[in-house]
Amino acid sequence: MSKPKVAFYWCASCGGCEEAVVDLAEQVLDVVGAVDIVFWPVALDFKVADVEALADGEIAASFINGAVRTSEQREIVELLRRKSKAVVAFGACAWLGGIPGLANLRTREEILAEVYRDLPSVADGAMPREEVEVPEGRLHLPRFDEDVRTLDQVIPVDYYLPGCPPPVALIAQAVTALVEGRLPEPGTVLAPDVALCSECPRRATKPEDLKLERFVRPQEIVADPETCLLAQGLLCLGPATRAGCGAPCVAANMPCTGCMGPTGRVRDQGAKALSAIASLIAPSDPEGVAKVAEQILDPVGTFYRYSLPASLLHRRVGTDGGRPAEPSEPVAAAGGGEPR
Amino acid sequence: MAEELTARAPSLNGGPRIGVYVCHCGLNIAGTVDVQAVVEFARTLPNVTVAREYRFMCSDPGQELIEQDLREGLVNRVVVASCSPLMHEATFRRATAEGGTSPYLFQMASIRELVSWVTADPEDATEKAKAHVAAAVRRVALHEYLEPREAPVHPDVLVVGGGIAGIHAALTLADAGKHVYLVERESTIGGHMAMFDKTFPTLDCAACILTPKMSAVRAHPNITLWTYSDVVEVSGYTGDFTVRVRHRPRYVREDLCTGCLACIDACVHKQGKVPDEFNLGLSKRKPVYIPFPQATPPVVVVDPESCIWFKTGKCPQTCVEACERDAFDFTQTETFDEVKVGAIILATGFRTFDPRRIPEYGYGRYPNVYTSLEVERLLNAAGPTAGEIVLRDGSRPTAIGIIHCVGSRDVRFHAYCSRVCCMYSLKLAHMLRERTGAEIYNFYIDIRAPGKGYEEFYDKILREGVHLIRGRVAEVTDEAATPEEEGHLVIRAEDTLLGMARRIPVDMVVLAVGLEPQPDTEDVRRLFNISCGGEGFFTERHPKLAPVSTFTDGVFLAGACQGPKDIPDTVAQAGAAAAEALAMIDRGAVALEANTAHIDEERCSGCKTCVGLCPFSAITFDEERQKARVNEVVCKGCGICVAACPSGAAQQHLFTDEQILAEIEGVLAYV
Ligand SMILES: Cc1cc2nc3c(=O)[nH]c(=O)nc-3n(C[C@H](O)[C@H](O)[C@H](O)COP(=O)(O)OP(=O)(O)OC[C@H]3O[C@@H](n4cnc5c(N)ncnc54)[C@H](O)[C@@H]3O)c2cc1C
Ligand code: SF4
Ligand code: SF4
Ligand code: SF4
Repeated sequence: MSKPKVAFYWCASCGGCEEAVVDLAEQVLDVVGAVDIVFWPVALDFKVADVEALADGEIAASFINGAVRTSEQREIVELLRRKSKAVVAFGACAWLGGIPGLANLRTREEILAEVYRDLPSVADGAMPREEVEVPEGRLHLPRFDEDVRTLDQVIPVDYYLPGCPPPVALIAQAVTALVEGRLPEPGTVLAPDVALCSECPRRATKPEDLKLERFVRPQEIVADPETCLLAQGLLCLGPATRAGCGAPCVAANMPCTGCMGPTGRVRDQGAKALSAIASLIAPSDPEGVAKVAEQILDPVGTFYRYSLPASLLHRRVGTDGGRPAEPSEPVAAAGGGEPR
Repeated sequence: MAEELTARAPSLNGGPRIGVYVCHCGLNIAGTVDVQAVVEFARTLPNVTVAREYRFMCSDPGQELIEQDLREGLVNRVVVASCSPLMHEATFRRATAEGGTSPYLFQMASIRELVSWVTADPEDATEKAKAHVAAAVRRVALHEYLEPREAPVHPDVLVVGGGIAGIHAALTLADAGKHVYLVERESTIGGHMAMFDKTFPTLDCAACILTPKMSAVRAHPNITLWTYSDVVEVSGYTGDFTVRVRHRPRYVREDLCTGCLACIDACVHKQGKVPDEFNLGLSKRKPVYIPFPQATPPVVVVDPESCIWFKTGKCPQTCVEACERDAFDFTQTETFDEVKVGAIILATGFRTFDPRRIPEYGYGRYPNVYTSLEVERLLNAAGPTAGEIVLRDGSRPTAIGIIHCVGSRDVRFHAYCSRVCCMYSLKLAHMLRERTGAEIYNFYIDIRAPGKGYEEFYDKILREGVHLIRGRVAEVTDEAATPEEEGHLVIRAEDTLLGMARRIPVDMVVLAVGLEPQPDTEDVRRLFNISCGGEGFFTERHPKLAPVSTFTDGVFLAGACQGPKDIPDTVAQAGAAAAEALAMIDRGAVALEANTAHIDEERCSGCKTCVGLCPFSAITFDEERQKARVNEVVCKGCGICVAACPSGAAQQHLFTDEQILAEIEGVLAYV
C-alpha cells in the first residue's frame, strides 16, 4: 500500500509552526518515513503545478498554518482543499487568527499607509500595486485583503491543532492518528477539551474565593513560583484556555497567554476570559471596578491575543477610519486598546 | 373566538410541533398590534403547527385552548404572545403542564410590555410583535423536557425581632401548632410599643394590650424565646434553613431568676448610676437592672460595663447575697444554638431619626427640647417621672410646641413620610394637655390621618383646643425678641394659613422624629440575603401582590422593618407573614427553580472561578475530584456562574447558549 500523501503550507504566520514540525526531532524522521510529502514550500522544492497535477482528494491531509490575508493564500488553500481528504488548521493563527489577527484592529488602508508611507524608515512612500508593467511584461502581486481571516472562514476545515506553536506531543499524536487512519469526527480540536488549570501544577494554591484587588504585569513582580499566578494578580488565561500544552509558560513563571484557544463550548475565548476575570475583581462599586480594570493596559491584546478574527467581534468596526481609541481606554471599550 | 387551527409545515413525528397563541389582552395589545397579521406570520415559521388568537389567553377558555391542543397532540411546545413573564409565565406553564407535558416546554413572547405599551405606531408594533414571536418560536424548539422539582419544608419557623410584629407573628404560628424560635436582641421583648403610655387613635393603654401578649409568648409551649440573642449565621435555603443564634451572657441564670428584683434593691449602689437605656437616658439605673417592670422574660441583667465586680473584682456582691434562688453566675460567657427552620420572618422594626442632625431645632443644646419617644417615656406611668411632665430643669411647662415631620418629608434627610408622626403628635398633644393643662401648639406641614378612626381622632383633638399651625418650623431659639419671650424657647415658623411669620414662646419643644431603618440593616440584609430599597427598609417582593414576601423564598417581612407603619398595620402584616409561612409549611414542599445551573464534570478544569461568585453559596469545590459542583436545590438560576465559567462547563437549564442565540437570531433574522 502506498504511503499517505501529506502537504504543509504556511499563510500569515511567523514560521514557528514550521519550526514545531522540525521540533519533532527524531520523530520527524518517522513521520517523513511514514508519509509521502507532496508540498512543503519552507523545506522542499515542490511547485504549485505539482499540486495542481494531483487528483482531487489525493492528498490524505494538508497541514496549513497561519491566518489568511492575501489572495495568494486564498488560492493555495482553496487548491489544497480540493486536493485533500482532510485539512488540518495547524496552530493558533490558522484556527483563530492568532497574533497576525490583531491587525484587524486597523483598517487595510491604515496598515498600508503606516508601512509604506508613514514609518520613519520609509523613503519614497511608494504604495504597492497589484499589477506592474515592466519591460519583461506584467507582474502581479497578491492582493492584501480587507481583514485577516481564520482558515475556516475561507475553506472548510476538518481538524484543528491548537497552540502557538502546537505542542510537539499533539502534532505527533495527530500525525500518528492520520497515518493509522484513526481520525476522530471532523470538526474536532486535537487537544483535551478542558482548560489549562486542570493540568497546572499550581492549581491547588488557587483560592476558592479569589478576589482581585489589582493586576500586575510579569515584569513588575517576582512571582512566587508555587502559587497560582492569577492569585498573584498576573493575568493568567489558563482558566479560559485549552489544556494539552503541559503548562510550560506557568512552569517558567509566566502567565498563560491563551494560545491554545478556547474549550469546546466556548464561542469567544476573549469574551469568556474577560467575563471570568472581570467577575473576580474585588471592588463592586463602579469606580472601584474601573480602578482595577484600568490596570489591564491592553484589554484586546490580552484577552483576544490569539483569537480576534475568530471572535464574535472579528475586527474593529467603525467608519472613523482614524486612529484607534486611546490605549488608556478602560476595558469596556473592547476593540479599543492598542496592542503593544 | 379562537381561530380555526391550521396544520402546516411538515414536522417530524416527535420533533417540535409548536403552538403559537397570540393574545389580544382586550385592546391592550389588539389596540395597537394587528393580531391577525401576527398569527398569519406565525404560521409561516418553522415547526409551527398551530397558530391562534384569543381575546384573553389568561382566562380559563384561553388556557383551555393550549391544554386541548397539547392533549390532542397537535402541538408539543407552546408559545404565548401576551403580557410578560412576571404577569403570567406561571399561568401558562401551568396550562402547559395541564396539557400533559413539561411546563418548561413553554416560552412567552412579551408583546404587551415590550411592544404595544411602548411602541405607538401600529405598523411598527406589529412588525416588532412578529420579531418577538419569531424569537420565542426558535427558542422553544430547543427547550428541554424538564420535570418540576420540589424539596420538603422544615415545619419550624424563626422570627427575628420581638416587637409587636414579631410577637404577633410568633403567637399566630404557635397557635397553629408550629414551633417558633423568637430571637430578640434586647433583654426583653416588646419593642417600641412597650415604651408608650397610650396608643392612637383609641388611646388605649399600650401596656394593657401588649403585656398579655408578651406573657403569652413566654408561656406558649410552642415558642422558644431567646432574648439578649442575635442570629449570627444563616445557611441553607427555603424550607431548610440552618440558623446559628448567639446568646449574650446576662450573668443571671434565666432558669432560676424569678424576677423578684431583690438583687436590684440590694446592689451596693443605692441610686441608679448609669443612664437607663429604656428611658432614653431620662433616668439612671443600677448595674443590675430590668428595663421595665413587665419585661419579658422577667429576668434581670448585669451590665459588666458598670458593675464594680467586673471592673475591679472587688465588691461585696450584695446582689448575689440577696438572691434566694442563687441565680447569679458571673462566669457566664456567650453560648450558641443551632436550629433548623423552614421559614424566617424578619420583624426587626425601626429606629427613630436623630434630631441632632437638624441643629436649628436645638436638640441636645436646649434641655427642654425632647424627642417624641422621650415624651412617650415621660408620659408613661412606669417611666422616669412616673407619668408626670417634669422638665429636665425641674419645671412644669405651661406652653408646649410639637414639631411634626422632623427628619421626614425633608429631602435633606428622608423624602418619605413616616406615616405615624402626625397621629402620635396629636396623641401627645392630647395627653400633654390632659396632664399639664398647658397650651399646645402643633406645627405641621399637612395632617396625614388616613387610617380607620384617624380623621375622627384629629377632629377630636382640634375640638380640645390644641393650636394647629400649618408651616415648617425654621428654628427653635432661646434668643428673646420681646420681654415676654424672655426665659422661654421660641419657635419661629411661617404660618402658611395666615401667610405670616410667627414666633411662639414655649417651655417645652417636642420633636416628632421620623422612623428610619435600623442601623444594622445592611448586615441583616446580607445575613438573610434579601434586599433594601433606597431608603434602607427591606424590600418586599411586590408592593401590591406580595407585600410580606421577599426575593428570597421562605424569608418574610413583618412590621416597620419593611417601612414606617403604625401598630394596626404592623399587626396586620405580621398576621399575613405568619399566614404565608404557614401556607408554605403546610404545603409540605417548595417548588424549586427549573433554570438551575449544572456543571459538566468532564469539562470543568477546577479553575474555581465560579465557586466564590455564587450569591447563594450553591457551589462547592470537590477537593478530591478537583471539580466544582452546583447544589441544584440551592441554585436560584441567577446565571452568574454560567457567565463566568471560562470553560463553558457551567451551563444553565432554559438558558443554554443555543437557546439564547436562537432567540437572538429569531429577532435578527426577522428584522
Ligand atoms: C414616638 C412614637 C409613638 C408611636 N405611637 C404609636 C401609636 O400611638 N399607635 C400606633 O399604632 N403606632 C405608634 N407608633 C408606631 C409603632 O411604634 C410601630 O408601628 C411599631 O412599634 C412597629 O413594631 P415592630 O415590631 O415592627 O418594630 P419595633 O417596635 O421597632 O420592634 C422591633 C424589635 O426587633 C428587635 N430587633 C431589631 N433588630 C434585631 C436583630 N437584628 N436581632 C434581634 N432582634 C432585633 C428590637 O430590639 C425590637 O424589640 C409610634 C412610633 C413612635 C416613634
Ligand atoms: S489560573 Fe493559571 S496559574 Fe492559576 S491554576 Fe489556572 S493555569 Fe495555573
Ligand atoms: S446560577 Fe447563580 S445561583 Fe445557580 S449556582 Fe450559578 S451562581 Fe449560584
Ligand atoms: S468556573 Fe467552570 S471550569 Fe472553573 S471550576 Fe467552575 S465550572 Fe469548573
